[in-house]
Amino acid sequence: MSKVVRQLLPFATLAILVAALSALEPDTFLTTENFLNVLSRSSVNGIIAMGMTAVIISGGIDLSVGSMLALAGMVGAGVLLKVGGPAAGAGACFLGTVVGIGAGLLCGLLNGTLITKLKLPPFIVTLGTMSAFRGASYIINNSKMFDVPMYTFLGQSTLLGVPVSVLILAIVVLFGFFVLRYTPLGRYTYAIGSNRQAAFHAGVNVDRNLIAIYSMMGAFVGLAAMIQTSRTISAQPTAGISLELDIIAAVVIGGASLAGGRGTVVGTIVGTLLISFLRNGCTLLGISTNIQLVVIGAIIIGAVALDQIARSRADTP
Amino acid sequence: MNVGPAQTVARRQTALRMTGISKRFGPVQALCDVTFGARAGSVHALVGENGAGKSTLMKILAGVYQPDAGTIEIHGCSHTLANPAEAIEAGVSMIYQELDLAEHLTVAENIFLGAEPRGRLPFTVSHHQMTAQTRQLAERYHFDIRPDAKVEDLPTGDCQIVEILKALRRNASIIVMDEPTSSLSERETVRLFEVVRQLRQQGLAIVYISHRLEEVAALADEVSVLRDGRLVHSEPVRQLDVPRIVHHMVGRELTDFFPQRNATVGDVLFEVNGLSSEAGVCDVGFAIHRGEIVGMAGLVGARRTEVARAIFGVDPKTAGRVTLDGRELNVTSPAEAIACGIALLTEDRKRTGLCLQLPCSWNITLPNLAQIGMQRLIRPAQEHRIAAEAGARMAVRWAGPEAPTDSLSGGNQQKLLVARWLLANSTFMIFDEPTRGIDVGAKAEVYGLLNRLAEQGKAILFISSELPELFGIADRILVMRRGRLVGNLTTKETTPEQVMHLAAVEEN
Repeated sequence: MSKVVRQLLPFATLAILVAALSALEPDTFLTTENFLNVLSRSSVNGIIAMGMTAVIISGGIDLSVGSMLALAGMVGAGVLLKVGGPAAGAGACFLGTVVGIGAGLLCGLLNGTLITKLKLPPFIVTLGTMSAFRGASYIINNSKMFDVPMYTFLGQSTLLGVPVSVLILAIVVLFGFFVLRYTPLGRYTYAIGSNRQAAFHAGVNVDRNLIAIYSMMGAFVGLAAMIQTSRTISAQPTAGISLELDIIAAVVIGGASLAGGRGTVVGTIVGTLLISFLRNGCTLLGISTNIQLVVIGAIIIGAVALDQIARSRADTP
Repeated sequence: MNVGPAQTVARRQTALRMTGISKRFGPVQALCDVTFGARAGSVHALVGENGAGKSTLMKILAGVYQPDAGTIEIHGCSHTLANPAEAIEAGVSMIYQELDLAEHLTVAENIFLGAEPRGRLPFTVSHHQMTAQTRQLAERYHFDIRPDAKVEDLPTGDCQIVEILKALRRNASIIVMDEPTSSLSERETVRLFEVVRQLRQQGLAIVYISHRLEEVAALADEVSVLRDGRLVHSEPVRQLDVPRIVHHMVGRELTDFFPQRNATVGDVLFEVNGLSSEAGVCDVGFAIHRGEIVGMAGLVGARRTEVARAIFGVDPKTAGRVTLDGRELNVTSPAEAIACGIALLTEDRKRTGLCLQLPCSWNITLPNLAQIGMQRLIRPAQEHRIAAEAGARMAVRWAGPEAPTDSLSGGNQQKLLVARWLLANSTFMIFDEPTRGIDVGAKAEVYGLLNRLAEQGKAILFISSELPELFGIADRILVMRRGRLVGNLTTKETTPEQVMHLAAVEEN
């Protein structure tokens, strides 16, 4: 298997899946409406997965994204209601959105600072903040959710026939692609993940770059949290439980290495869509969610196993 | 240690004979009709440039690769060696450059790994027996090692002895050692030589791969030269003529192995006074002029690398003044050092030098994004061009700037690092062991490069453990011992013996 084949593997799997579902369910699956629906459902995961891609390339991990999603949503919606009341206008909605993103950014900043300044493994720090953020999101409104019926723009409206959430996802993907490919921050992310000591000796400010990466991750989670809040017109302290696993799965299916130094934005988005279409297809075919879980688990292991086989073949001369 | 004549003959029987070995990897003919042998009770050195085929030949012997043609006879019996287990069974043991020991286990546990003596209860291991047998084995070969020491606590030299004991425990009769001294101190090297002589005495056949011809002269009974996959020369070491061996290795005369030094030495460019660091550097002071190459000698533990690290901002300084071009610097990180015009080519290119998974071009530009005007935005096409030029200037052999760095051979990786720091255009450059593990031809290129850099008016600090190259290229030699500078000598007015004396002998 050549390098090209290996990189095309996730695409091919996605293409085969879409083709198969189109053949099986031409009337319900192969419609613009269904595709936009799948994309719109993918937007929350896709946006978070962009941040997670950078984190994983840097050799780290963020287990706190699910809890962070709940916390940022609760903070954003809480401020929105506080400022605008039950019939909040566009101004309050905008403010709530900015605050939600800001809350996510601060959470990420906290993760990044703890990881670099206390020199702790990202797994441990984000395992801790996963619990802490979850607790905080319950505390905010005494374990109750916030209803925000007027907050519909991000999650439910469309622009030129395309859901706003899908447009935001597209912008975030382009932004992620640009950062990883065309900025020193992206370049240093790969270098740190590939060999942190070498990057440091080559003059890379490792701590500053890692803090930036985790903060970016947080801001993306904040944005995703507000889209989620808008989709369900409510912010729930229970949102995003075990979300981190879906996100990490998407990034890994996309070809990123948990050891760091390897991964792409394009791969991640393909990984995200693969999981989404699989869920959608199973639902349309009437396969139970329980079986869906088994199938997705098999896909994760299969994708990484194939990648490993391809890699070891490429290495031997 | 007198050995009677009859015994000598018995011991000098052929232990290994590889005949007509050929091996092709895709388009590359790695080995072509190589015939190579080793006798019991003798050391056969195998030399050659990087990529000459030494490793391939030895991996065939170790059962890692299968030859396309040729036969292998061990003690007169023909073997196919389909996998490493079969090679071990046939009595062949490899000791690789990167030792493969389980660091958290003890010496005895490593030696018996996979063949632990059973305890009285089922599913248990008898540590008592393991330790006792290890001690016996070590005593038989006069090795001084504690069976219950953790491998992670041992110096590299002792780890090699553990590897050797592991081989002996498997009843190896042929031991292949790949560059065993490349990471050893002078003293450990001397001890390893004794160990190898001891093994020879006991009738083992040793195949000794090395870049260092002095070692070959000191240790081997026979030497063979591989070049471009062919065995081009074999001779007994008794009449060893180093220039002739070098000639066979590179296929050309190295009359100017060390370049003619003709840089004009200018005013002081770099100066350090009273430098101390948390890593054990103590009150070190010296100056380097423009156009000057200053060597730094010392044994392991002399803290030479630590001096470089303190200057470069890796280790925190506790005292000391550093001035560059008349400006006092207060560098606290490599990023600041690079911005001030200092470059450090680190000693360990795998650990602190290169990001091996990433493309070559990325490694070249990594510290230089500001230098090439890409501190805000990377322009891949332009970066590709700059990296290609930088690589071409160092004659890096690669499939292109986008090739993954780990696809390059060791010598070419080293050239890649040099290309990186040339691009940085620093005024003061520190080279920490730049010739370690690279072949003779590449070494000559490094010396030529140091000379050219000096001619351009740069100041160069050249840290090396090999005295001949310090004497061949440096204008002055600094000698370190236990974190202190104990000598600052003009090369022309000193001798290797004097340097070694300063480096090795404690005085009050």
